[in-house]
Amino acid sequence: MIWVSRGTVDKVKRIVWGLGGEGLVFKLLVYFLLTLIGFVYLYPMFYMVTYSFMDTEDLIDPLVTWIPSGLYWDNFAKAIRVIDFHRTLWQNILVSFLPAAIQTVSAAVIGYGFARFRIPGKPVLFALVLATFIIPPQITMIPQFLMFRELGLIGSIFSYLIPAALGQGFKSGLFILIFYQFFRTIPKALEEAAQIDGAGAFRVFATICVPMAVPAFIISFLFSMVWYWNETTLAALYLDGQLKTLPLQLQNFAAAFQKMFPADPNYQTGQNLNEAILMAGTLLSMIPLLVVYFFTQRWFVESIERTGITGE
Amino acid sequence: MRIRYRRREALTGLSFIGIWIVGFLIFTCYPLFRTLWLSFNNVRITAEGIRTEFVGWKNYNDAIFLDPQFGDAVVTYFAETLAIVPVIVAFALIVALLLNERLRGRGLFRTIYFLPVVITSGPVLKQLMDQGATTLPGIRDIIEMSRLEETLPELLADLITYLLTSFITILWFSGVQMLIFLAGLQKLDASLYEAASIDGASRWESFWKLTLPAINPMIVVNMVYTVVMQSVFLLNPVIELIQKAMHDPKYGMGYSAALAWIYFLVMLVLLALFVFIARQRESNR
Repeated sequence: MIWVSRGTVDKVKRIVWGLGGEGLVFKLLVYFLLTLIGFVYLYPMFYMVTYSFMDTEDLIDPLVTWIPSGLYWDNFAKAIRVIDFHRTLWQNILVSFLPAAIQTVSAAVIGYGFARFRIPGKPVLFALVLATFIIPPQITMIPQFLMFRELGLIGSIFSYLIPAALGQGFKSGLFILIFYQFFRTIPKALEEAAQIDGAGAFRVFATICVPMAVPAFIISFLFSMVWYWNETTLAALYLDGQLKTLPLQLQNFAAAFQKMFPADPNYQTGQNLNEAILMAGTLLSMIPLLVVYFFTQRWFVESIERTGITGE
Repeated sequence: MRIRYRRREALTGLSFIGIWIVGFLIFTCYPLFRTLWLSFNNVRITAEGIRTEFVGWKNYNDAIFLDPQFGDAVVTYFAETLAIVPVIVAFALIVALLLNERLRGRGLFRTIYFLPVVITSGPVLKQLMDQGATTLPGIRDIIEMSRLEETLPELLADLITYLLTSFITILWFSGVQMLIFLAGLQKLDASLYEAASIDGASRWESFWKLTLPAINPMIVVNMVYTVVMQSVFLLNPVIELIQKAMHDPKYGMGYSAALAWIYFLVMLVLLALFVFIARQRESNR
């Protein structure tokens, strides 16, 4: 019989279960769960990628479930034509980058105003800023639509830019909150020094505070850009088909496909809309954001720590 | 002197937030009341402009009592949101707790879990759902086997089916909430946990007695955030009806405005409910 000292048992126990979460089994369990959840997260992506490369026979063949028999690029060629990819991509960049940049700048100015100055009625005003986040766009879109129509701005990018410039863009309240929190953490001493040297409030803001707030600017711009990019309700209404976005094109994919490739009465395989082409279209509409995310993911996943939006 | 300084400060402040006040009045406040006003009118768009005709509560009456589609959609929206918000928040918390462990590859997992927040738009999700890509294979079989519809009341069976089949969607909507929890967890004081463990508290106990109370404010924030996100999301059937009514000459913008206001009020009830529950928990301690 092997004699095991009490100390060794304790040691083994500690390695396996651990005290403060350092145990091996505990760690393995956490890794296992994280990987499992990760797989569930990525499942739709895997599904989309593999299906988008399948030809008609692969789709029918019950033996082909995950790996297509070959890389069938024709789905993408068709989807690119249906979505009108190149033109739509540029327009999509225009209607997301520009409003995002303007919304970020206006949110910075407004957030700074709330963070730094004693203004009568400020608590009420700030509560209203947060309330704008809760108000669904559906309830303000009809009068806004009528207003833009009267001004002749429907189908023009200005129907996006004007509200953004006045702090009423998509989720503007959230971005104002981000800048508000951020500017509150910056010590006042520097600004006061500049003030004594005779700099006006706007100069202090532009030359001292803005350079310190670069992380908040990047994060606001990225989130804002992504949300403008993915927006479809207001895009359909305000841009009115004059400016196209990839999500909108995807929404009309089936109809556009039928128009471009009329159903063949003799049913030629590959001529009709199938799920492979649909998945190729979906993937195509995602790729630009995937690329952006690939390069900027740190800013996204660390956004909340960096801006301290949860408060101290 | 002091008063003058105060006044100057207020004026400077106003020059910063002035653009917001103007924007709020034009693009939020005015439209909000205009929608309210339109909702009591029959609105027609003619060549000369917009024609309104006051009809009192008719639009509301029609929406609530005569439009079965809208009534159903609102009830479904209410029940689904009530069910899905706690699930999303709880899930986000669990993932945040897992990610808060000191592990290698934490960044990679975070990147994967947050990806859907960036790429999810209504049409993308709709395509994936239509193809069945958002349901794990096997889950459908479980549902069919268990024959939920026969044993449970219809609404409950629908809810369970909904939660199971939209499992992946639930995960896809928990990214921001996860980050909020994670930021909160990282601010917790490690020495408190050491003290608790010396006193003989297990991890399980310290979670309930230390972690949960400390992050209660974040639970409230996340519940509000999740309700808002669910409510403005395009695939929400209520939103679809509001938009359809807007362009449908049979209903018109007045009717659509009434739907929007009903929807907003239902959403506020939901928000109040969740905040109330969370507050209740806090005061019970």
